[in-house]
Amino acid sequence: MDLSLTTRQEGTHTVVVVGGEIDVYTAPKLREQLIDLVSAGSYHLVVDMEGVEFLDSTGLGVLVGGLKRVRAHEGSLHLVCTQERILKIFRITGLTKVFPIHSSVEEALAARD
Amino acid sequence: MPTVELHFAALPGHVRTARMIATAVSRRAGVPAGAVDEIKLAVGEACARAVRVNRRSNPEALVHVALTDAPETFTVVVSDSGAPGDEVAPGPDGGLISAPALLDLGGADLGGAAALGSAALTAPGLDGDPDADQPFPPGLGLALIEGLVDEVAVRRGTDGTGTVVEMTWHTGEPPADSDLDSAAYAALAAEIAGSARREA
Repeated sequence: MDLSLTTRQEGTHTVVVVGGEIDVYTAPKLREQLIDLVSAGSYHLVVDMEGVEFLDSTGLGVLVGGLKRVRAHEGSLHLVCTQERILKIFRITGLTKVFPIHSSVEEALAARD
Repeated sequence: MPTVELHFAALPGHVRTARMIATAVSRRAGVPAGAVDEIKLAVGEACARAVRVNRRSNPEALVHVALTDAPETFTVVVSDSGAPGDEVAPGPDGGLISAPALLDLGGADLGGAAALGSAALTAPGLDGDPDADQPFPPGLGLALIEGLVDEVAVRRGTDGTGTVVEMTWHTGEPPADSDLDSAAYAALAAEIAGSARREA
């Protein structure tokens, strides 16, 4: 399954809903989306990963790149994920210390940056 | 003898194909579902790395994948045709570096960063250009592999070129009595299943 991306505005935050596979082939699309959002002045992002079926290190790299970009504007990037096999990837690579990970979009939006 | 061998052109789109084949072959081999997920991800990482290496140093060369299903193990060997040890960025003592340190993020554990090997610190992709085409430092894929695989060996290719990443999963016990022929084994399995049902 390919990557699907939709965005919506929630107050001061932009929610990016990602579905499908984020891998070496599809990750560039996600990277472009994040770059476009930051270029357009969206510095507070919530990436909803509940529909993600596969994530590899290229995808992790894109998320880290997004985090670096929003931080450059004193923004934030929160993740929403409850899938154990995806969470495991963040744990193995130590990235749970880098990304705030929430169990719902509501929780992510309520979090103080 | 590998169960399945695959050669593919060094294009990112084929990594998914390799991943699907590894998933199908490991499932067919009876590997438990959790391990199938690990195999899928680790094979994807190893192939994505091999594709990058070949594209940089030998774009015409094919990436080679060999999957071997043995009674107690499932082994995947991924070989590239780059310079030996290309994109292998081990941390101190040959261990793998932590991602937050690799990614040079604010708030990352400085103790970990201080312990980094110089190879990691000078690896490409770390110098802060977020638009660089290489979206992550080379150690991250291997760090992930290390976390997913029961045994990993990274070595130089047999002809002196390229890098070979060998990944082995321990997939459990062989049949209790290997002298049983398959019909007898099936009958035994049915009997066990029957007694389990009766107990339930």
